[in-house]
Amino acid sequence: MPTLSPDTTKFYQKRFMPMRQVRLIALLLALITSLPALAETFEKQLPNGLRIIVREDRRAPTVAHMVWYRAGSMDETNGRTGIAHVLEHMMFKGTPGAGPGEFSRRVAAAGGRDNAFTSRDYTAYFQQVPKQKLAEMMQLEADRMRHLTLDPGEFAQEVRVVMEERRLRTEDQPRSLLFEQLTATAFQTHPYRVPVIGWMNDLENLAPEDARHWYDSWYAPNNAYVVVVGDIDHQQAFALAEEHYGPLQARQLPARKPQQEPPQVGVRRLTVKAPAELPVVMMAYKVPVIRDVEQDIDPFALQMLAAVLAGHDAARFSKHLVRAQRLAVEADASYDPTARGPGIFYLHGSPSAGKTRAELEAGLRAEIDAVQQHGVAVDELARAKAQLIAGQIYKLDSMFAQAMEIGQLEAVGISHTQNQRLIEKLQEVTVGQVQAVASKYFRDERLTVAELDPQPLPQAARALSTTAH
Amino acid sequence: MTCCKLWILLLVPLATQVATAGPRVEHWQTTAGARVNFVETRALPILDIQVDFAAGTAREPDGRAGVASLTRKLVELGVAGMDETQIASRLADVGARLSGGVDQDRASVVLRTLSMADKRRPALDMLRAILATPQFPADVFAREKARALAALKESLTKPATLGSRSLWSAMYGSHPYGRQATPESVAALERADVVAFHGQTYTAPRATLAIVGDLSRAEAEAVAEELTAALPAAPGMAAIPVPQLPPASEERIAHPAAQAHLLLGLPALRRGDPDFFPLLVGNYSLGGGGFVSRLVKAVRDQRGLAYSVYSYFQPLAQMGPFRIGLQTKKAQAQEALEVTREVLGRFLAQGPTEEELLAAKQNLIGSFPLRLDSNSKILGSVALIGFYQLPLDYLDRYPENVEKVTLDDIKAAFARRVSPEHLVTVIVAGE
Repeated sequence: MPTLSPDTTKFYQKRFMPMRQVRLIALLLALITSLPALAETFEKQLPNGLRIIVREDRRAPTVAHMVWYRAGSMDETNGRTGIAHVLEHMMFKGTPGAGPGEFSRRVAAAGGRDNAFTSRDYTAYFQQVPKQKLAEMMQLEADRMRHLTLDPGEFAQEVRVVMEERRLRTEDQPRSLLFEQLTATAFQTHPYRVPVIGWMNDLENLAPEDARHWYDSWYAPNNAYVVVVGDIDHQQAFALAEEHYGPLQARQLPARKPQQEPPQVGVRRLTVKAPAELPVVMMAYKVPVIRDVEQDIDPFALQMLAAVLAGHDAARFSKHLVRAQRLAVEADASYDPTARGPGIFYLHGSPSAGKTRAELEAGLRAEIDAVQQHGVAVDELARAKAQLIAGQIYKLDSMFAQAMEIGQLEAVGISHTQNQRLIEKLQEVTVGQVQAVASKYFRDERLTVAELDPQPLPQAARALSTTAH
Repeated sequence: MTCCKLWILLLVPLATQVATAGPRVEHWQTTAGARVNFVETRALPILDIQVDFAAGTAREPDGRAGVASLTRKLVELGVAGMDETQIASRLADVGARLSGGVDQDRASVVLRTLSMADKRRPALDMLRAILATPQFPADVFAREKARALAALKESLTKPATLGSRSLWSAMYGSHPYGRQATPESVAALERADVVAFHGQTYTAPRATLAIVGDLSRAEAEAVAEELTAALPAAPGMAAIPVPQLPPASEERIAHPAAQAHLLLGLPALRRGDPDFFPLLVGNYSLGGGGFVSRLVKAVRDQRGLAYSVYSYFQPLAQMGPFRIGLQTKKAQAQEALEVTREVLGRFLAQGPTEEELLAAKQNLIGSFPLRLDSNSKILGSVALIGFYQLPLDYLDRYPENVEKVTLDDIKAAFARRVSPEHLVTVIVAGE
């Protein structure tokens, strides 16, 4: 069993990179750079402002088609939270040319799968279809980009569905509630404080005019981009896009206010009580995200820190907190370096039976402290990088994952053409930079701590009745 | 309307042509007796291997519920000469990923690795060690048992888990498919139980390998030999007994959740059963086809009662369940249940319409290429074919088997398999 024994210190102090890993990374990097031959990416902008990004991937006769709008819950206003997501639902409720349910019916008839998702930063729609059906998908998406019916009756019905979605995903999920409360506490002015699905009371009071206003504000070709990945020639995809999306008119977009979060001045703490068995500790540190791919260093170092802490089964949290100390039944770290708004680095976990939330928080803090004091080992960092590069290759197995990657980068203002640079920047991260970000950002004046205080079910869940009939 | 009908009719034969044949599946048996299915695909430098054992929860001895899942977890946490950290580090060093899990029938160990020899070699060595020499260290056993217990207790506070467990119990009673790990059964497990279960079930005759990726047939044969050489050739296994159909029942479970969870089901379908295709095609119109299905239209679109509502068949080695499920706020539980039963009742009485049948076929045949457009999807299909010994041309013939289904086939198959007198209902957090 690995333990936190004296040779752990030696482990931290190791500063040379074993040859095996150096060669591995060089080889993998060479491989990645040679892969674009397999999956080339092209881009074109139409006169109405719509951009089309096409990655040719000819392994199977299918395509993924996505339309991304640069409007998410962070663009909502007080009293109308949840409208971005409700509008996403309404996008399936018909246009004059294709009535309610017609969109899904035609995608299904095309042998396709479709869905949509709303985030804080964007709203996106996708279909996965046999390649012959791409033109039809573009025709359907272009139609609903500007011609949505937004029938008041359909709206009233769909808001009820969304309230059920909120009950399912948030109200009855203690960990979701905890996350919602944590976010609403960490951010006090920035719109990231609001849950994407919206507050229940806002949902109860949304009106069809709110949806109309949202749609007219943000659903325009100059606020959107199309991503196509699959068995398609890019020139052909451009021509199809021009034919279907080209006739749509650009529109004046609303001004976006920065709404910057003022500096935090001390640790913030909150507790959520909900029916559960396991306590949860969730720590949120305010950190930067990528704004300038070339100039930035810290977001890349933070990404490597997350990987060293919790990137695989032998990473520090698992090795120390779960396995050696048995302080946690689970412990994780996560950080997304891409966002339109401010960034958060999360540490979270559940204490083992007999351990308290305070002990787990102390354990999580001790792991950060160890990095601040002793840095990370060169081979630890190399292992994290190897995982990352392999992950990039595995991503090529899924057309959908490739389309998602392109779309998410573009959503935060990073060009898909910089993806390769992002990977190189991660490769360049040094052990010194990882230690530096641990010291710079993991401080109490950037921290919000949320604890789930589990409550027994009011009446132990039990069978009320069983009837045979 | 004439133009639309014609349009649909034209599309179906077209879709059949579009649906290309499935990947070429090669099959053989290793010297040790494990069955292998292999698909060579060279476009990406990736190799995927799934090893399935007939070691699911249905194979647990009486009173040892929970041992299948714990055994699967522990095989990768210590092998001869290496502890769990060394195993995980070695895999991470070459960018390899280990996953898997347990269901009623199977325990799966899945490896994804880069295919270059210097990456693949260490990853395969590790997989071989996991299959050949797991050590089940006592302290790791104790820790993982405690973690399993914590996760189980947590899950027993969730209405979805409580509902699903009650549904399986009501559908299968004392049959092995009705078996559920409890805090008591897990707490009582000892290391010897894991060692015994492993010895009995992680054997060559119970193993199937699916290998997909950047490898030649000759290389794949060598890999399969090597991975299975040390597996014991223990004698074959008894078949899982045929489940008895339960009487209809309704169970209500109290819970403080905002939403009621409604679950309906009964034992219905075995893998390889000829009713598979009529039920698959029919269920598309009932509750499998997402937004175009009757359940979604009635429960969600027309009444706004739920975010998610579905029906599906889960074929297993013996009759696996047909299930319907939805969640709705407490006050609407009874209304939602009535609507669901009415939709099901009408479907059972009348079957789908001609138009629905065409729509189902269009989607199921048209979407066939989407089922096979990545190595990991191919792996899943090939592993299924191998484990359940489905015909090697299962994928090739999938479109034509869908195409052949008639309205009468669907009505007859549903009449045979989904009989309301055996349908059990569970309502969690209803009023």
